[in-house]
Amino acid sequence: MSKAPKPPKLPLPHIKLWGHVVLAGWLVPGAGHFLLKRPIRGAILLSSVVVTYLLGLLMRGALFQPEFGDLLTTIIYTGGFVGDLSAGLLYLATVWMGYAQPDAAGHVHDYGTKFLVAAGLMNILAMVDAFEIAAGRKD
Amino acid sequence: MPNMNLTHFEASLLFAIFSSLVLGVVTKKTDSERVRYGLKCFGYFLATIFGLGWLMYLGHR
Repeated sequence: MSKAPKPPKLPLPHIKLWGHVVLAGWLVPGAGHFLLKRPIRGAILLSSVVVTYLLGLLMRGALFQPEFGDLLTTIIYTGGFVGDLSAGLLYLATVWMGYAQPDAAGHVHDYGTKFLVAAGLMNILAMVDAFEIAAGRKD
Repeated sequence: MPNMNLTHFEASLLFAIFSSLVLGVVTKKTDSERVRYGLKCFGYFLATIFGLGWLMYLGHR
Protein backbone atom coordinates (compact mmCIF):
# COMPACT_ATOMS: atom_id res chain seq x y z
CA MET A 1 0.00 0.00 0.00
CA SER A 2 1.47 3.35 -0.97
CA LYS A 3 1.45 6.22 1.47
CA ALA A 4 -0.03 9.58 0.49
CA PRO A 5 2.73 12.14 -0.14
CA LYS A 6 3.36 14.49 2.77
CA PRO A 7 2.25 18.07 2.08
CA PRO A 8 5.26 20.39 1.76
CA LYS A 9 6.15 22.29 4.94
CA LEU A 10 5.18 25.94 4.55
CA PRO A 11 7.90 28.48 5.31
CA LEU A 12 7.29 30.69 8.35
CA PRO A 13 6.21 34.15 7.14
CA HIS A 14 8.04 37.22 8.41
CA ILE A 15 7.20 38.07 12.01
CA LYS A 16 6.11 41.59 10.95
CA LEU A 17 3.08 40.00 9.28
CA TRP A 18 1.76 38.17 12.34
CA GLY A 19 3.74 39.17 15.46
CA HIS A 20 1.52 42.08 16.54
CA VAL A 21 -1.65 40.09 15.78
CA VAL A 22 -0.59 37.15 17.95
CA LEU A 23 0.65 39.43 20.75
CA ALA A 24 -2.62 41.40 20.76
CA GLY A 25 -4.56 38.13 20.66
CA TRP A 26 -2.66 36.86 23.69
CA LEU A 27 -3.16 40.03 25.74
CA VAL A 28 -6.84 40.53 24.87
CA PRO A 29 -8.69 37.43 23.62
CA GLY A 30 -10.07 38.00 20.12
CA ALA A 31 -8.04 41.21 19.59
CA GLY A 32 -6.06 39.53 16.80
CA HIS A 33 -9.28 38.93 14.90
CA PHE A 34 -10.39 42.54 15.45
CA LEU A 35 -7.05 43.72 14.00
CA LEU A 36 -7.59 41.44 11.01
CA LYS A 37 -11.07 42.92 10.45
CA ARG A 38 -12.99 39.86 11.64
CA PRO A 39 -15.08 41.59 14.32
CA ILE A 40 -17.83 38.98 14.68
CA ARG A 41 -15.42 36.10 15.19
CA GLY A 42 -13.34 38.32 17.48
CA ALA A 43 -16.39 39.20 19.57
CA ILE A 44 -17.42 35.53 19.90
CA LEU A 45 -13.89 34.56 20.96
CA LEU A 46 -13.61 37.51 23.36
CA SER A 47 -16.92 36.76 25.06
CA SER A 48 -16.31 32.99 25.25
CA VAL A 49 -12.84 33.30 26.77
CA VAL A 50 -13.76 36.13 29.17
CA VAL A 51 -16.96 34.44 30.40
CA THR A 52 -15.18 31.09 30.87
CA TYR A 53 -12.38 32.80 32.79
CA LEU A 54 -14.78 34.81 34.98
CA LEU A 55 -16.83 31.68 35.73
CA GLY A 56 -13.59 30.00 36.81
CA LEU A 57 -12.78 32.92 39.12
CA LEU A 58 -16.31 33.00 40.55
CA MET A 59 -16.07 29.28 41.28
CA ARG A 60 -12.88 30.08 43.24
CA GLY A 61 -10.65 28.09 40.93
CA ALA A 62 -6.93 28.02 41.72
CA LEU A 63 -4.19 29.29 39.43
CA PHE A 64 -1.30 26.89 38.78
CA GLN A 65 2.30 27.67 39.67
CA PRO A 66 5.05 25.90 37.70
CA GLU A 67 6.48 22.93 39.61
CA PHE A 68 9.19 20.54 38.56
CA GLY A 69 9.50 17.11 40.10
CA ASP A 70 8.42 13.85 38.54
CA LEU A 71 7.05 13.89 35.00
CA LEU A 72 3.37 13.94 35.99
CA THR A 73 3.85 16.87 38.41
CA THR A 74 5.77 18.82 35.76
CA ILE A 75 3.09 18.18 33.12
CA ILE A 76 0.16 19.07 35.39
CA TYR A 77 1.57 22.13 37.14
CA THR A 78 3.72 23.61 34.37
CA GLY A 79 1.10 22.77 31.73
CA GLY A 80 -1.60 24.30 33.93
CA PHE A 81 0.53 27.40 34.43
CA VAL A 82 1.01 27.78 30.67
CA GLY A 83 -2.76 27.36 30.22
CA ASP A 84 -3.50 30.01 32.86
CA LEU A 85 -0.89 32.40 31.45
CA SER A 86 -2.36 32.06 27.95
CA ALA A 87 -5.43 33.99 29.07
CA GLY A 88 -3.22 37.12 28.79
CA LEU A 89 -4.35 40.26 30.61
CA LEU A 90 -7.09 38.33 32.41
CA TYR A 91 -4.43 36.21 34.13
CA LEU A 92 -2.09 39.14 34.76
CA ALA A 93 -4.90 41.29 36.22
CA THR A 94 -6.03 38.41 38.46
CA VAL A 95 -2.53 38.03 39.90
CA TRP A 96 -1.82 41.77 40.16
CA MET A 97 -5.14 42.52 41.86
CA GLY A 98 -4.81 39.63 44.29
CA TYR A 99 -7.77 37.55 43.10
CA ALA A 100 -5.72 34.36 42.80
CA GLN A 101 -7.26 31.75 45.09
CA PRO A 102 -5.49 29.04 47.07
CA ASP A 103 -6.27 25.47 46.02
CA ALA A 104 -9.31 24.18 47.93
CA ALA A 105 -11.17 20.87 48.08
CA GLY A 106 -14.60 20.55 46.45
CA HIS A 107 -16.02 19.90 43.02
CA VAL A 108 -16.94 23.54 42.35
CA HIS A 109 -13.37 24.76 43.01
CA ASP A 110 -12.08 21.93 40.87
CA TYR A 111 -14.34 22.96 37.99
CA GLY A 112 -13.20 26.55 38.51
CA THR A 113 -9.54 25.55 38.14
CA LYS A 114 -10.37 23.71 34.93
CA PHE A 115 -12.39 26.68 33.60
CA LEU A 116 -9.40 28.99 34.17
CA VAL A 117 -7.05 26.68 32.26
CA ALA A 118 -9.64 26.05 29.55
CA ALA A 119 -10.05 29.81 28.97
CA GLY A 120 -6.29 30.02 28.31
CA LEU A 121 -6.38 27.02 25.99
CA MET A 122 -9.29 28.55 24.07
CA ASN A 123 -7.20 31.69 23.69
CA ILE A 124 -4.32 29.63 22.29
CA LEU A 125 -6.73 28.29 19.63
CA ALA A 126 -7.79 31.88 18.87
CA MET A 127 -4.14 32.98 18.61
CA VAL A 128 -3.30 30.13 16.21
CA ASP A 129 -6.35 31.01 14.10
CA ALA A 130 -5.30 34.69 14.02
CA PHE A 131 -1.76 33.65 13.05
CA GLU A 132 -3.05 31.53 10.17
CA ILE A 133 -5.23 34.36 8.88
CA ALA A 134 -2.40 36.93 9.19
CA ALA A 135 0.04 34.58 7.48
CA GLY A 136 -2.38 34.07 4.58
CA ARG A 137 -2.87 30.36 5.25
CA LYS A 138 -6.57 30.77 5.96
CA ASP A 139 -9.35 33.16 4.92
CA MET B 1 -15.77 38.57 45.27
CA PRO B 2 -19.07 36.66 44.93
CA ASN B 3 -18.97 32.91 45.13
CA MET B 4 -20.69 30.71 42.58
CA ASN B 5 -22.04 27.26 43.30
CA LEU B 6 -22.90 25.09 40.32
CA THR B 7 -23.86 21.46 40.05
CA HIS B 8 -21.73 19.05 37.99
CA PHE B 9 -24.31 19.24 35.22
CA GLU B 10 -24.48 23.06 35.13
CA ALA B 11 -20.68 23.43 35.15
CA SER B 12 -20.13 20.84 32.43
CA LEU B 13 -22.96 22.30 30.33
CA LEU B 14 -21.41 25.79 30.49
CA PHE B 15 -18.03 24.31 29.63
CA ALA B 16 -19.58 22.51 26.65
CA ILE B 17 -21.28 25.68 25.37
CA PHE B 18 -18.20 27.91 25.43
CA SER B 19 -15.78 25.24 24.20
CA SER B 20 -18.09 24.43 21.28
CA LEU B 21 -18.41 28.13 20.41
CA VAL B 22 -14.62 28.55 20.24
CA LEU B 23 -14.07 25.27 18.37
CA GLY B 24 -16.72 26.30 15.86
CA VAL B 25 -15.20 29.75 15.30
CA VAL B 26 -11.56 28.71 14.85
CA THR B 27 -12.12 25.73 12.54
CA LYS B 28 -13.60 25.28 9.06
CA LYS B 29 -13.81 27.76 6.22
CA THR B 30 -17.37 28.97 5.80
CA ASP B 31 -19.86 30.24 8.36
CA SER B 32 -22.35 27.43 7.75
CA GLU B 33 -19.57 24.85 8.23
CA ARG B 34 -18.57 26.61 11.45
CA VAL B 35 -22.12 26.58 12.81
CA ARG B 36 -22.52 22.91 11.91
CA TYR B 37 -19.17 21.98 13.49
CA GLY B 38 -19.94 23.98 16.66
CA LEU B 39 -23.30 22.22 17.03
CA LYS B 40 -21.66 18.86 16.35
CA CYS B 41 -19.07 19.49 19.08
CA PHE B 42 -21.83 20.54 21.49
CA GLY B 43 -23.74 17.35 20.67
CA TYR B 44 -20.63 15.26 21.36
CA PHE B 45 -20.08 17.07 24.67
CA LEU B 46 -23.72 16.43 25.67
CA ALA B 47 -23.51 12.76 24.66
CA THR B 48 -20.34 12.39 26.74
CA ILE B 49 -21.86 14.17 29.75
CA PHE B 50 -24.99 11.99 29.75
CA GLY B 51 -23.05 8.84 28.82
CA LEU B 52 -20.52 9.24 31.62
CA GLY B 53 -23.28 10.31 34.02
CA TRP B 54 -25.25 7.11 33.38
CA LEU B 55 -22.06 5.03 33.50
CA MET B 56 -21.16 6.41 36.94
CA TYR B 57 -24.77 5.99 38.15
CA LEU B 58 -24.94 2.36 37.04
CA GLY B 59 -21.41 1.68 38.29
CA HIS B 60 -22.36 2.82 41.80
CA ARG B 61 -25.58 0.78 42.15
